[in-house]
Amino acid sequence: MTHATVAGAHRHAPPQGFLRKHVFSLDHKVIGKQYLDLALVAVCTGMILSWLMRFHLAWPETPIPGLAKLSPNGAAGGVITPEYYLSLMTMHGTIMVFFVLTTAPFAGFGNYFLPIQVGAEDMAFPRINMMSFWVTLVAFLVLISAFVVGDGPPLSGWTAYAPLSAVGKDAGPGQGVGQTLWAVSITLFCVAQLLGALNFVTTTLDLRTKGMSLARMPYSTWAWFITSVIGLIAFAVLMPACILLILDRVAGTSFFIPAGLVISDRLQPHAGGSPLLWQHLFWFFGHPEVYIAILPGFGIISHILPVFARKPLLGPRVMIACLVAIAFLSYTVWGHHMFLSGMNPFSATLFSVPTLVITIPATIVTLLWIGTIYGARLRFTTPALFCLGFVSVFVSGGISGFFLAQPSIDTYLHGTYFVVGHFHFVMGVAAMFGIFAATYFWAPKMFGRMMNETLGKWHFWLTFIGVYCVFMPMHYLGLAGNVRRYSAFTDDYLKPLIPLHRFITVAALFTGAAQLIFLFNLIRSRFRGPQAPDNPWEATSLEWSTTSPPPFDNFGGRPPVVERGPNEYGIGSGARGVDYGMQAAAARVSAR
Amino acid sequence: MTTVASPPAQPPGPPTPAAPPVVEQPRPRPAQTGVWIAIAAISMTFAALTSAMVVRGSAAADWRHFRLPPILYLNTALLLASSAVLEAGRRRVAAHLVWVTLGLGLVFVVGQVVAWRQLVAQGLFLATSPSSAFFYVFTALHGLHVLGGLGGLGYVLRRFDAAGPAPVPALGAAALYWHFMDVLWLCVLVLLVLRV
Repeated sequence: MTHATVAGAHRHAPPQGFLRKHVFSLDHKVIGKQYLDLALVAVCTGMILSWLMRFHLAWPETPIPGLAKLSPNGAAGGVITPEYYLSLMTMHGTIMVFFVLTTAPFAGFGNYFLPIQVGAEDMAFPRINMMSFWVTLVAFLVLISAFVVGDGPPLSGWTAYAPLSAVGKDAGPGQGVGQTLWAVSITLFCVAQLLGALNFVTTTLDLRTKGMSLARMPYSTWAWFITSVIGLIAFAVLMPACILLILDRVAGTSFFIPAGLVISDRLQPHAGGSPLLWQHLFWFFGHPEVYIAILPGFGIISHILPVFARKPLLGPRVMIACLVAIAFLSYTVWGHHMFLSGMNPFSATLFSVPTLVITIPATIVTLLWIGTIYGARLRFTTPALFCLGFVSVFVSGGISGFFLAQPSIDTYLHGTYFVVGHFHFVMGVAAMFGIFAATYFWAPKMFGRMMNETLGKWHFWLTFIGVYCVFMPMHYLGLAGNVRRYSAFTDDYLKPLIPLHRFITVAALFTGAAQLIFLFNLIRSRFRGPQAPDNPWEATSLEWSTTSPPPFDNFGGRPPVVERGPNEYGIGSGARGVDYGMQAAAARVSAR
Repeated sequence: MTTVASPPAQPPGPPTPAAPPVVEQPRPRPAQTGVWIAIAAISMTFAALTSAMVVRGSAAADWRHFRLPPILYLNTALLLASSAVLEAGRRRVAAHLVWVTLGLGLVFVVGQVVAWRQLVAQGLFLATSPSSAFFYVFTALHGLHVLGGLGGLGYVLRRFDAAGPAPVPALGAAALYWHFMDVLWLCVLVLLVLRV
């Protein structure tokens, strides 16, 4: 059997033992689920940290039961110190951005579905794929260990601005061992994601099944492909930056530490370094990272919306062109994170213009989604609701981006809650809604069981209302001059805003509690949900041509032959009530 | 929008005997593609370090110029020679030439370590000056990637020993990577000569 349609023929046999099957598996489906499980643990951790911060902001003097045991130094008597607040903030940001928003929509769902959607039996390099997951896990454990070793987690933010992140423990509790662990963790994470992106790109380019031209690839595959290209460049820059940071911390070099720096009354034994260099290197990665988090969501929404609108996606080629344009432009805008860094105002303008330009493809994408549902007889299933929710929060969060793109306005707003509201909506919540839509949509395929629709709808509405209650008021707080990164607002100027903070805190706890519905639904349906048919949503792409869950080699030894694109909805209606065309038609499945 | 109104599709059923014959296509070469992508990422890493060096160097009063250890030029010749040998090995699919490359590559790495020791003997450590710091970072990172390449060559040699056809695609991919190590080293060397 040598014919070429067996793209990426399984070079490894189905595993036998438990360890090979479920732990050290080479199967992209198992690795995808491992990524998703890791992201679930990470998101719970990150959310608990945000609750602690929110509680402290609302009731700064009320002790939190049990917290003193977790951190005797950071929260003596259960009341969070300002330094510990910063530690919680740093860990929340790092965990959420790296280990949730990158691992779940990109590494998790991408690993599981990219090979199936292109008709391959596995990733191009299964061993590298497995290594990628295990390095990510080690990176996560290294980061989390900062809670228990040394004097706590680092406090210089998820951006780890030098020189505070570079000078060591003089800069505060957690800046000793904790910050070093942070840098090691992120270096490892970069390596893992580079290995992952290598696999994604190669698989997409080389392992597509017969008939699967680039133009016929589903939009989710396109998005993962483009995201991995962004990741290849972005993580390849953050990794050496982290290495230089580690050397500044442990080897006495001065890449980022300027001369004559006095911290905690001690003259630092370094000279000549440039703190701005770290900011440039970090944000050259950092802004594309925003798109690494959100582009898979774009792909997932573009993939799912037509299924429930029963209409083809509007402007499929324009959509892909926009994704490519966003990916390209994402490398030209990093300076808009640095308007306050004291850079030349002319350079600020230089970064402001592409920032405004990037809103054009983003707006076109949004209009294409809205155009797709215009006039459609939408099937209001849970994944469809989360798609609509995605569009809503993306627009709400995106609009404030127009304001922030302008240096003169950003100078006022950058250090306030306006920015916190903005990026949580546009990057955090939107990406989470993409993850939820993907979970409800693909869970039947991944586990062979349907999730409960009633619980799903409750989950959606509570979450949707909840996130607006949490993040919308933050915009007003910011406009009112409420600075971010402060642990308490007890001065006369900000005190009047505390009631609004209490409202946000209650909403955050409420929204968090609503996620228990999702967890319950996820776990219960995995064991007791009704059996899922092969194609419960009447969708067209290749993952729905195989069984639920797919066999070890994805297509049971019969690699599909693709005859059309993924966008065949609302066609041939009538005859047998079937209004869609599968990418792989049954009669054309190649014989083994 | 397409107007294909083909019959509704179902999940794949049993293969029909009348299925059209499958046309042979050239087999894809994921190993080769993978190496090209790795080359892109590695180039980006070194580009980031280069820009860091330029930014850090332009503002620095503490930049200390020093003469590069001459052994670096010998190492360069060794690396280029190893690449030429490997290219011959790739064309003839000859395992013994891969062994020679492996040996030359190891000698290159040892030579780089000797260069480090010479700098240390002059009192130039990692933290002495940003110039020495960048020297160590660049050479170490390049050396690590060369070690990775040696691992790849080892894998190819193991495949040579195993039963079955000669590992032509793997050898081609390993050779591509190895040649890139040359190009990368020449870039690093030029940068070091100009700046350090």
